[in-house]
Amino acid sequence: MAEIAIKQVAKRFGGFTALHSIDLTIADQEFMVLLGASGCGKTTLLRIVAGLETPSQGEVWIGGRRVDHLPPRDRGIAMVFQNYAVFPHLTVFENIAFGLRMKKLPQQEVERRVTRTAELMHIEQLLKRYSGQLSGGQRQRVAVARALAMEPDVILMDEPLSNLDALLRLEMRAELKGVLAASKTTTIYVTHDQVEAMSLADRIAVMHQGRIVQAASPVEVYRNPAARFVGSFIGNPPMNCIPATKTGNGSWTVAGLTLPGPKSDKHRIEFAIRPEDVDAGDEGLHATVRVVEPLGPHTLVTCDVEGGLFRAILESSAAIAVGDHLRLAPKADRIRWFDPETTNAL
Amino acid sequence: MSAVAEMPIAAPAARKAGNWLLVATVILLSVWVLLPIYLLMVNALSSPEEVTAFPKRFFPSFDFGSLSFFINFAGVGRALWNSVLVATLTMILSIGFGAPAGYALSRFDFPGKGTFRFLVLMTRAFPLPLLALPLAVMFIRTGLDDTAIGLALVHTTLALPFAVLITFSLFSGIPVELEEAAWTLGCTRLQAFRKVILPLALPGIAASAVFAFTISWNEVFAAAVLTIENRTLTAFLLQSLGESPLYLKFAGGAALVIPALIFIFAVRKYLFAMWGIANR
Repeated sequence: MAEIAIKQVAKRFGGFTALHSIDLTIADQEFMVLLGASGCGKTTLLRIVAGLETPSQGEVWIGGRRVDHLPPRDRGIAMVFQNYAVFPHLTVFENIAFGLRMKKLPQQEVERRVTRTAELMHIEQLLKRYSGQLSGGQRQRVAVARALAMEPDVILMDEPLSNLDALLRLEMRAELKGVLAASKTTTIYVTHDQVEAMSLADRIAVMHQGRIVQAASPVEVYRNPAARFVGSFIGNPPMNCIPATKTGNGSWTVAGLTLPGPKSDKHRIEFAIRPEDVDAGDEGLHATVRVVEPLGPHTLVTCDVEGGLFRAILESSAAIAVGDHLRLAPKADRIRWFDPETTNAL
Repeated sequence: MSAVAEMPIAAPAARKAGNWLLVATVILLSVWVLLPIYLLMVNALSSPEEVTAFPKRFFPSFDFGSLSFFINFAGVGRALWNSVLVATLTMILSIGFGAPAGYALSRFDFPGKGTFRFLVLMTRAFPLPLLALPLAVMFIRTGLDDTAIGLALVHTTLALPFAVLITFSLFSGIPVELEEAAWTLGCTRLQAFRKVILPLALPGIAASAVFAFTISWNEVFAAAVLTIENRTLTAFLLQSLGESPLYLKFAGGAALVIPALIFIFAVRKYLFAMWGIANR
């Protein structure tokens, strides 16, 4: 049982604030992904949980125990590093056994655990090799096996797949998900790759400039972004945002289309819709086609709407040419509204 | 000349001249270093009669007369022992202080780090003769004069900058993540250093130790000024140069040069690393 609670954690490096008062609770056995662009503070937060970085303020609790004053080895965690950090002077076997030997487990138990985790990660034939004789993917497996062998309460992963090539990453992603779910540990996983985040996470915490903008399930984050940043960071192509003008109480005009919307005393707000949530029809947003990209299952159409770029994913059967005038009808239940000043959802 | 004629005409003349210049420079520098060593070897390995004879032999006769005379010369054994003792002490002190300093420089950020690195190097800019007199006075007052530990202290100040810089580059080459991984796997800072960093750094540390040994082994000025009874081999030879026969000088020279050459040759790749050339 290891619930992680991060309470008002902040980190300052000199005059630079890397983290502004972060509050986040991660349930026992939950797979939490910290997602954000580089420099958003996600790795710093992970290292604070690991004990490799001291928070400037705030508390970290793991399994009901306050740990922010404890060294990494007393926190019941295991970590997988971006560059794997497989010890080059030890064999794969001794790498996996390293933490177990530090715990002074009997030799029999060490062997049992090393064999089990090596089988789990499909590296049982590599146990006698050194890290210099392994490929990147194999090193990655050793690093994960070494963490799993510790049977920790919490596994922390810092962009573990980012140094692998695309195909291997896909394969390891699926494997990691299965292995970690079976191990019943609580996981914090840092990545800048939204696809990785969506596919792995029970919950995603989207970070931006040292703050958590939204922490929710992948579908929730995708469907109901809490702020414009989340909508544009997650999803490829990103969410479309165009200005809306007030025409009445709870009624807004967007690119020639009048829609019911939130009640607000603001005169202008932002209308947002995912590219796949529009249909070409007789009614809708006035759009002029700029680029047509047939992608097979569907066609990506980039248009001008209200003088701004608007991307729509349409059925590939639709015959659309550059210069066409389209009416794009948004699906009513998929429309989101943002406050243009705070950029938060309305 | 046929080789030149066969070269492709496309090769630019300037580049060819550059190549020649390079080859000539390499030859000149090699001769500069190797010729004295060659002469030293030829004479050290000749019998005392051959050393003073003329014309010289091109190959040494491998007569060990000069060397055995040198080994049995009064005071040589003791001077040799002093040299080894002082050099060993220097080695221990240099690594004992230098390696922690190198580690701190590579792993921690502290105010004045850049200045500290610069100052470490600057100690080498201080001419030893300038320090010799005040040092001698101070050593006599504290009773450190004419002792192995006193001389080793002076040699340590000479070797320490190198020890710091070599170990600094050594530790910097070891990813900090390895250490952090060890911490998360149950190590304290000290255990992580002992189980992960030390095994990886040990060959380089050994090289740095050998280099410190060699610096002390070769040093003559401080040794001559600060010791009287307990002379090291360099100081002993310097003192007896005037009155000793030629073949003794050659044999003594060889006894000094050969160990130093072997040591430096053995650790050369770590010395390159000190100057930032890739550690291959």
